Amino acid sequence: MTSTDDYTLREMMTVAAAREIRDGEIVFCGTGISMVAAMAAKHISAPNSVIFFETGAVDSLLEEVPMAVADSRVMFWTSVNGGLADAFATMQNPFTGPRVVGILGAAQIDRFGNLNSTVIGDYAAPRVRFSGSGGACDVASFVGRTLLFMQHEPRKFVERLDYRTSPGWLDGPEARQRTGLAGGGPAAVITNMAIMRFDEKSREMYLDGTYPGIRPEAVLDRMSFQVDVSRAKPVSPPTADELDILRRICDPQRLILG
Amino acid sequence: MTQSMDKVMSLPEAVRRFVPDGSHISIGGFTLNRNPMAAVYEIIRQRVRNLHLYAHSNGQGMDELVGAGCVARLEIAYGGTGRFAPTCIRFRKAVEEGSLVVEDYSNYQMTLRFMAGAMGVPFLPTRSGLGTDLLERWGFSEELRRSDPRIPDRKLSVIENPFGRWAGASRLVAVPAIHPDVTLLHVQQADAQGTARIQGLTFADVEQAKAARRLVLTCEEVVETEALRSDPDRNHIPFFNVDAVVPVPWGAYPTACFRYYDYDPRYLSDYRTYASSDEGWQSYLETFVYGVSGHEELLDRMGAERREAIRADGRTGYANNLDRR
Repeated sequence: MTSTDDYTLREMMTVAAAREIRDGEIVFCGTGISMVAAMAAKHISAPNSVIFFETGAVDSLLEEVPMAVADSRVMFWTSVNGGLADAFATMQNPFTGPRVVGILGAAQIDRFGNLNSTVIGDYAAPRVRFSGSGGACDVASFVGRTLLFMQHEPRKFVERLDYRTSPGWLDGPEARQRTGLAGGGPAAVITNMAIMRFDEKSREMYLDGTYPGIRPEAVLDRMSFQVDVSRAKPVSPPTADELDILRRICDPQRLILG
Repeated sequence: MTQSMDKVMSLPEAVRRFVPDGSHISIGGFTLNRNPMAAVYEIIRQRVRNLHLYAHSNGQGMDELVGAGCVARLEIAYGGTGRFAPTCIRFRKAVEEGSLVVEDYSNYQMTLRFMAGAMGVPFLPTRSGLGTDLLERWGFSEELRRSDPRIPDRKLSVIENPFGRWAGASRLVAVPAIHPDVTLLHVQQADAQGTARIQGLTFADVEQAKAARRLVLTCEEVVETEALRSDPDRNHIPFFNVDAVVPVPWGAYPTACFRYYDYDPRYLSDYRTYASSDEGWQSYLETFVYGVSGHEELLDRMGAERREAIRADGRTGYANNLDRR
């Protein structure tokens, strides 16, 4: 029997993300923790959710955790094995796109949930180069809502992105429609300390909940911009069942959970 | 594109004939799966230079070509190999030291660019990219764009919806077609004429194949034509697109090939260590690329036990319970 007092922050993040997934949603997974969250959601709150990859795999069984979205493990026991063109079309499609929840991560995020996964420093002569958009810009542009995974650090929660790779709520209310973007936008940011959401009117980030033992002020200390903390409530820790699902079923080798 | 009945040739010959210095190329696969690695290593061994590489998420093959100094310009969506290298190490190094000129796109944009090339239209539209720096920041200079007729004058263009608000869109991003001089793919099966079958996800291989002037296929097996034509619903590439068929068992190694073998976690972990320093990287190239005569010798050096460990299970298509730590 696993004890609920004994869990890592990575496990807390994964469970927090899994709880966000609604039954029946099509879950766009990236590499890493988002896959484990999507796998866990099927066992927790969303048994009819569909795991979906930009590489074209639909409803992968995932007997073993993939190390990348092109891992052969995503190709086993699917509904359909397609390609990139099918996968992104599904997300841009007016009937299927709104049913997709996308899970993304990034190097930097701003108060409107715009993401940078390209460079730190000047784009023409970057101090640090990251992988680039991959499918992130496409997903963030198309789907019904996105969940964002971030580490809470001042250099990651920034006033101004060094490069805007993927659109969040852009610069506030109505901005997405003005720009010509369909789809929803970021719904939540799940970090190693807290869950942030976006105000319905201003589209600005606010603190929605903190993990056990973490004060709202401590979260603010780890950000380069201020957010409203008045709505913050405690996030319940992972249950024994949730931890068991993560450890025994989803990632027994701890390839992703560490 | 050729009509000959027998396009089977050796890998050194295929690379010599179809990948000269300065070529615009694209390679198949995605991050750590079905990269045409044998072809990549042969390109490195032949010291081909000044390549213009079009990539969506061609992780391992892209990183090795860049690291070996074969690539001068790169158009790319994603430079990573999943958990083994969230950002490809030699790619990152080359960009940070300014030795590689990069133009960034998204995966869908790159896919549509290959598709436009395959379809013979100058561009395709998408709603992806609006409101981002993919539109605003360009990596290639105007001079560079003017200097090479194989590159369009613009990275991307925003267009008004010519049908008013039809389908709910006001503005769209037009992404320009790509016509690589040559695309290199690794597939599971082909016949001598070039009809090819891919198993598992096709990624953007078919679009890349059809966008290119020349197409080189490496394959796990050259099979009898009957084996493919008796079940044509499962075939992906018609023979008339194909210029060379090169039998290379384990030709995607150390990346995976669905239903044949998995990626080699040991190789990819060791690679990460070698690639993390300039000295390590040089010794990697000397030992595993320049230091072997071809893919067969690389595989011999890895040993039969290592190949057995990653051999695909008949039910799942990958190596079950492989130690991947």
